Amino acid sequence: MEANSVKSDVSPEKPYRHYKSNKIRVKRLTKPSLIVRLTLGILILLTVYSFITIDYESVDLLGGIAATITNFKTMFFAPHFSNFTFLQGLYAVMITMGLALLTTVFGAVIALFLGLWSAENLSSGRISNGIKGFVAIIRAVPTVLWVLIFAVSAGLGSVAAIIGMTFHSMGYLVKAYSESFEELDKGVIEALRASGANWWQIVVQAVIPSSLTYLVSWTFLRFEINFAVAIAMGAAAGAGGIGYDMFMASSYYYDLNEIGTITYYILAFAILLEIIATRIKSNLHASQT
Amino acid sequence: MLLFCAVSYGAMIFTQFNAVKGFTSIPSAIQWGISNFYPAAHSFEKLPAILNKLLETILTAIAASTIAAVFALFFSVFGSKITKVNNILSIMSRGVATLFRNIDVAAWALILLFSFGQSVLTGYFALFFVSFGFLTRAFIEVLDEVGESSVEALKATGASYPMIILKSVIPSSTPQMISWILFMIEINIRSATLVGILTGTGIGFSFDLYYKNLDYNTASLVVLTIVVSILILEYLSNYVRRVIL
Amino acid sequence: MTTLLNVKDVSKQYGQDTLALSDVNFSVEEGEFVSIIGPSGAGKSTLLRCINRMINVSSGDITFDNESVVGLKKKELRRLRTNIGMIFQHYNLVERLSVIENVMHGRLGYKSTFAGILSLYKEEEKEHAVHLLKLLGLEDQIYKRCDQLSGGQKQRVGIARALTQNPKLLLCDEPIASLDPNASKKIMDYLQNISVSMGITVLVNLHQVDVALKYSDRIIGVSGGKIVYNDSPEQMTQEKIKTIYGSEADDLIAAAGDKNAV
Repeated sequence: MEANSVKSDVSPEKPYRHYKSNKIRVKRLTKPSLIVRLTLGILILLTVYSFITIDYESVDLLGGIAATITNFKTMFFAPHFSNFTFLQGLYAVMITMGLALLTTVFGAVIALFLGLWSAENLSSGRISNGIKGFVAIIRAVPTVLWVLIFAVSAGLGSVAAIIGMTFHSMGYLVKAYSESFEELDKGVIEALRASGANWWQIVVQAVIPSSLTYLVSWTFLRFEINFAVAIAMGAAAGAGGIGYDMFMASSYYYDLNEIGTITYYILAFAILLEIIATRIKSNLHASQT
Repeated sequence: MLLFCAVSYGAMIFTQFNAVKGFTSIPSAIQWGISNFYPAAHSFEKLPAILNKLLETILTAIAASTIAAVFALFFSVFGSKITKVNNILSIMSRGVATLFRNIDVAAWALILLFSFGQSVLTGYFALFFVSFGFLTRAFIEVLDEVGESSVEALKATGASYPMIILKSVIPSSTPQMISWILFMIEINIRSATLVGILTGTGIGFSFDLYYKNLDYNTASLVVLTIVVSILILEYLSNYVRRVIL
Repeated sequence: MTTLLNVKDVSKQYGQDTLALSDVNFSVEEGEFVSIIGPSGAGKSTLLRCINRMINVSSGDITFDNESVVGLKKKELRRLRTNIGMIFQHYNLVERLSVIENVMHGRLGYKSTFAGILSLYKEEEKEHAVHLLKLLGLEDQIYKRCDQLSGGQKQRVGIARALTQNPKLLLCDEPIASLDPNASKKIMDYLQNISVSMGITVLVNLHQVDVALKYSDRIIGVSGGKIVYNDSPEQMTQEKIKTIYGSEADDLIAAAGDKNAV
């Protein structure tokens, strides 16, 4: 029995008593609870260590926090337009949206094929593992580095940003898609195979229709992420759009009020996307039950 | 389908993306990568400095995630429909989380540059804010899924609110929450690279430095160290998840 | 015999026009085993939860142990609940914790928040818990996680948790509705045993007429939020089952008839 498995500190005839104090033990360490504590302990230690070793570079922490609060007030309560108009701002958001959309679409198309080939139930073990390893490495490289790497040959701008972001989206979606495909009931594939259907027929007739809701929701989730990434690429890799405007306002004009305006633009669209994503997700749950 | 293509085409015009140029640039990029983007002997002299920066970045990412998790825990307990104290607090904590989550980490970095300048703290707080918003939402979902049943049972025994939270809700949701924290750390290491480029700190700054000096060999070594550390972290998190979930 | 529980003119209204209970009157003597039967949605669950104030009544009064429960404040309410154990259809255990940890949760109501959070249980309390687990045949499962138990075992953990409270009254909300016939019989036997040997009053919501007939000292029939039957099992007739269950009755009678035939 499990109660007797830790023999060293438990007397056999009274398995629930502590061997020394003869007290009844309520808590008992199991492997999962040990790992939970170990993980939390390590994280706390590393956090404390990082606060001790952090290079504060004579930055006044409390002063900085106070300044941040004042800055928030300036941003959110006194936003203004100085370097662009309302419509130009909207246009910039549209560019960012466009970047997110294109990279999601390109990534999704490529990921659909790679996802099929990397799903264990639709592919051979070697190909599946090969693709999974390949996309794990692609995912491990931060998007901004992909963009900058492509920028060397394509030049800084939307082309490099789109290729770089597509790369990372693809890596993300291949994982999501293949996991959705793998959840498919084995019997369905077997039944179709028994009826003489070939691989493509199985994919088109059974695999894609039954995992379509998952695919749609993962893709939209990636679109939501890509909107945020597109802002970042505008700021850090010259991809244009609202992120670039924000970078200019922050690093060249030092215009907090305008940053406030841009933040409102970003918030409005990001929250809109989140609401749509939540809708899609709840529809997904509803269709499952 | 037609509409979809039209929208995509519109997006191409908006972003001034030249599809032909874009896709033809991929082969040349790969060719360039093979001939230039690999660590050369001289790059390895920089390895200690790179690893030092990498460690700084990883520590910042972890610290931001754990502290954010502590705040997120409180906000999610108030925000979840299972454990909320009252509706006003619930709506408020959900609202605050939405605000912090939906401003991108790069945007936070640019905002915080005003108060903390080019320092690690800027990056730290940018990561912290986004993590806080993200984890609050994730934790609320975890708490909602735990369900009301054991909460009801403990209430019926006469247990007080703090007891119910700490003895029933938290033990049931700890593994899921740890899984989210580990996921957040992975995301934060990648985001920290980006934030580092914007704020001139950590591994992002190292990459930017070698990249701008056209020292692609060393820049590739930076990428390699990031990839290795993320893959190791992913492996460790998967192990922890397998055991505890 | 003394009256332990007295429910007087109790009504419960949800929203504008959903009347879950209307003018419910009954009382329970100390040591009695009382079943409440009725179709789903008749208000059985609501009635049970009004007694330990998991749900607040809209009007009327409930006295437990010579004390009105309706006006109790926070602290008094916690004290009331320690005297009333509750058992649930879905067991409502913290699935990730061990059996003994779940059982000890029954003591939380007696503790200060601080002591409860730190699991500072007295040795006698732990002895008692282990004793109860032995009584319920769970001594080999003490350190098992509850998600590894069968439904019947989980319900026994639920009973042990309620009994560590040293309750005067046990409220059981459909305790066997999620169990197979074998496990159901076992659980009902345990409940009967507890009632007799420990002198604990048991009030149990049931869907199955035959089970109620077999185990109860008295049966209360609820339909549409009203009490339509309140008498000993011997007085129950097919006609009365019909007034309680309405259109559902025929199936139930048929089922009960089958059992009698076998």
